[in-house]
Amino acid sequence: MTKQATAQKSNVAEISAGKPKRIDEHIIEVVSDSGEGAQKCGQTFGIVSGKMGNGVWTVEIIPAEIQPPARSKEGASGVRIRLGHKYITNMGDDADLVVAFNEQVLYNRIENGAFREGTVVLLENKWADDPQPQIREDYAKAVADFKERGLVIHELPLEKECLKIVKNARKGKNMFVLGMLCRIYSRDAQRALDEIAKTFARKGEKVIKPNHELFKAGYQYAADNLDYHYEVPPEQEGVQKPTVVTNGNTAIGLGVLASGMDLLAMYPITPATSVSHYLADTFHLTGGYMHQAEDEIAAAAYAVGSSFSGKTAVTVTSGPGMALKTEVLGLAVMCEIPLVVVNVQRGGPSTGLPTKVEQGDLLSALYSMTGDAPKIIMAPATISECFHFVVTARKLAEAFRTPVIILTDANLATGVQPYDRPEPQAEWLAAPIDQSEWDKNVPAYDWDEETGLSPRPIPGQPGGEYVLTGLAHTKRSKVAYDSMSNQTGCNMRSRKMAAVAATLQRPEIYGDKEGDMLVVTWGSTMGAVQEAVDRMRADGHKVSNVHLRFLHPFEKDLKEIFSKFKHVMTVELNYSDEPDMPLINDATRRYAQLANILRAQLVMDIDCWSIVQGAPLQPGVICKAVLGRLEKLN
Amino acid sequence: MFGLKADWSLDVQDRYFTIEDYEGAKPRWCTGCGDHGVLTAVHKVCREAQLPPEKIVSVSGIGCSSRLPHYMSTYGFHGLHGRALPFASGVKARRPDLDVWVSTGDGDCFSIGGCHWVHALRYNMNLTVLVFDNAVYGLTKKQSSPTSPQGLKTNTHPTGAFLPPLNPLTVTLGVSNVSFVAQVVDWNPLLVYETIKKAHAHRGTSFVRIIQRCPVFVEDVHKEMQNDPSQILLLKHENGIPTNEAVERIYPNQVVHDPSDWNGAMAIARDTGKVPCGLLYHNPDAPVYDDWSNVGLGMSDEDKLVGINKALDSFSI
Repeated sequence: MTKQATAQKSNVAEISAGKPKRIDEHIIEVVSDSGEGAQKCGQTFGIVSGKMGNGVWTVEIIPAEIQPPARSKEGASGVRIRLGHKYITNMGDDADLVVAFNEQVLYNRIENGAFREGTVVLLENKWADDPQPQIREDYAKAVADFKERGLVIHELPLEKECLKIVKNARKGKNMFVLGMLCRIYSRDAQRALDEIAKTFARKGEKVIKPNHELFKAGYQYAADNLDYHYEVPPEQEGVQKPTVVTNGNTAIGLGVLASGMDLLAMYPITPATSVSHYLADTFHLTGGYMHQAEDEIAAAAYAVGSSFSGKTAVTVTSGPGMALKTEVLGLAVMCEIPLVVVNVQRGGPSTGLPTKVEQGDLLSALYSMTGDAPKIIMAPATISECFHFVVTARKLAEAFRTPVIILTDANLATGVQPYDRPEPQAEWLAAPIDQSEWDKNVPAYDWDEETGLSPRPIPGQPGGEYVLTGLAHTKRSKVAYDSMSNQTGCNMRSRKMAAVAATLQRPEIYGDKEGDMLVVTWGSTMGAVQEAVDRMRADGHKVSNVHLRFLHPFEKDLKEIFSKFKHVMTVELNYSDEPDMPLINDATRRYAQLANILRAQLVMDIDCWSIVQGAPLQPGVICKAVLGRLEKLN
Repeated sequence: MFGLKADWSLDVQDRYFTIEDYEGAKPRWCTGCGDHGVLTAVHKVCREAQLPPEKIVSVSGIGCSSRLPHYMSTYGFHGLHGRALPFASGVKARRPDLDVWVSTGDGDCFSIGGCHWVHALRYNMNLTVLVFDNAVYGLTKKQSSPTSPQGLKTNTHPTGAFLPPLNPLTVTLGVSNVSFVAQVVDWNPLLVYETIKKAHAHRGTSFVRIIQRCPVFVEDVHKEMQNDPSQILLLKHENGIPTNEAVERIYPNQVVHDPSDWNGAMAIARDTGKVPCGLLYHNPDAPVYDDWSNVGLGMSDEDKLVGINKALDSFSI
């Protein structure tokens, strides 16, 4: 196939004289060196599209270092935007169109499998005339290589065009590119201009004006010089109901505000820290306080101490921080202290992949504490759920007198999506602490035999004085020297989990209620997996999905749901052995984390497919994996 | 004094608390352990200040000293090894009305909790911190602690502890924003009482190192000092720990030391030839972290909802 033919085959390279070509969706990337504003460009494009009523998912491409070397592939920074006619739930597969500020950063994206043959690349061409011969040479070599790989390259004088308006193009190229993209995808230019004005409102007219000019110049440049012109009409024009646009970490922060919590105690860790940045800025709006502790352990202890005193608290961290907090969380389980813990999962083990996604901490959330330490574990599937799960978790923690762990991940943390604006309720807020007299006859752990539940005395309540202890204790929280007290305490704490389970509902089945394969998922992979299920079903495969939001205890009727399918497998972003790897057999194979628990809990033969490459799952990859399994089984 | 607070304002209380109101379970410390006397002093200070038991939270880590909360009939938090200070800070963070005490030991505070020790001093939250320093791990049965004298034979150093002991006074004084540093020996009940009383009255983190006997494992460590009071240097000052004639008669070595003099305090702390007893350093004006952590307390639900809606609106499209 010639390159031209490839290009024509792709749905991108449509030459149109005037009328834009209607498409259902496109994936766009803007890639640059760190600090060139590609993310701002992409987020603005996303917001404008959201306002027009389109489905949008944007995700940041983040280098590991703050100031990586310029023009290096490790330094690739930028944004991916998936723009659709309909609601979009994930980052999708390969990009359709890419704007690149230099050629080296493209290599990073190529290595990450972000492009395919036919992906259109709009490439800054100033490097062709760079004073350094090495750069000119690298550029020429790379462009030839990209063409060889089947990318459709257009070399554009982005810098030159920007210099007509501003002296330092580095500071304005992103707005020029925004203008280009808005023209290419028929975005509402006025909305974009309004967004730009909003972004720079604090800096005033002298900053807004050149940015507006850059935007208009980019828009005009694309109209005059590029043949790409698309229309992505939204399913319904404009915003239908109150909508907000945030990433998952901000949604967590908003959830903390809306749950009326008193305190966030944290220690900086990627990719969780932006939750605390957000709350450091806004917690005063609800009278809360953010404490940056001296370490992860102290952050957890501070939160537990505060919760002991009756003030609701949350601690937010990521894998290595969870490892450090483990002992404190064990104490919270043992002493039945309500606490919300958010783990924004990143790749592990150890320091692992700090900025990259993984669902690797499910088993450690469940089992890392010593002895039997049951607690509630939830995992939001969407950015909207990041908000609502915090509100729910706070209530569950109080009602069941237990820590609640929320597992999100780097994909949710940095993904940006429009979602229904939550309507905050007074009942979401933590109740004021009870300081009334406590009946001295009621012990500190007045366990209900049926549910394991007990009311909790709060310091300041006369008559409720007790000494919390992490040692095995009696109902009155006295150090237990007898043999039965530890058994009773464990029974009661475990019984609470059964009581939680009794309040949970049966999960919904996405697709038919029976078939050949049920794909079971949890966390941020839901959107991509359900899109993959749609594709497979469209091709006639009998595949369905069940997405679990509670990982401990599980939602109802799983065994019954699973038994209606010939095969059940999980798709996860954590490690598992593939069945055909060397030395792997039924006895040695290590399963993905959810599969592991489901197999143990349900005593069913549940297969799995999982990878740990630090990237969110893509629908195409999932289809291939699931169909591969089906093929082998049939 | 009953009915009168430290600032002499009239406190209308309908309850009067006796020592029994603060006494919890019967202490299970060994006979002759220095902890007994400290506990008695704590009960007395609470009674003297007429603190409502339900407003007291006694926080501790792990170790012999950390059993203290069980021997109080107040609220207590017997937490994890080394973590008493961050737990206590959390208790206090949003509850300025609670009177928070910390009991910790040389292992708990200076070793496993070393990081928290340094930072708690800097936060300077309103906590009364009593470190029971017996120079050995007792509950785990005679291992070297950071303050074990060089050469002390323990189960972990049977030929004698290798290193010179850590000096908790210089380390504590060296932390920015430290506000109250005192030292006392457990075998002088009057000094123990007066020191804890002064520590409790200070707003900020009051750090009291109590040199304390463990007659079971390291009987000899403090014996010489007990038998020869001239090894102790009594610190005297009108702003220091009050003494009386009886005390002054026991300890012939005395020095007038102004507790606001940090350099003087450091010089005394560095001189390991004598064991200072009294108030080494006091800065009542050091910033107290509670003033930040208490912000926003008491906001109404209505105002909170206004705040949340404002936050959400900034992301509306």
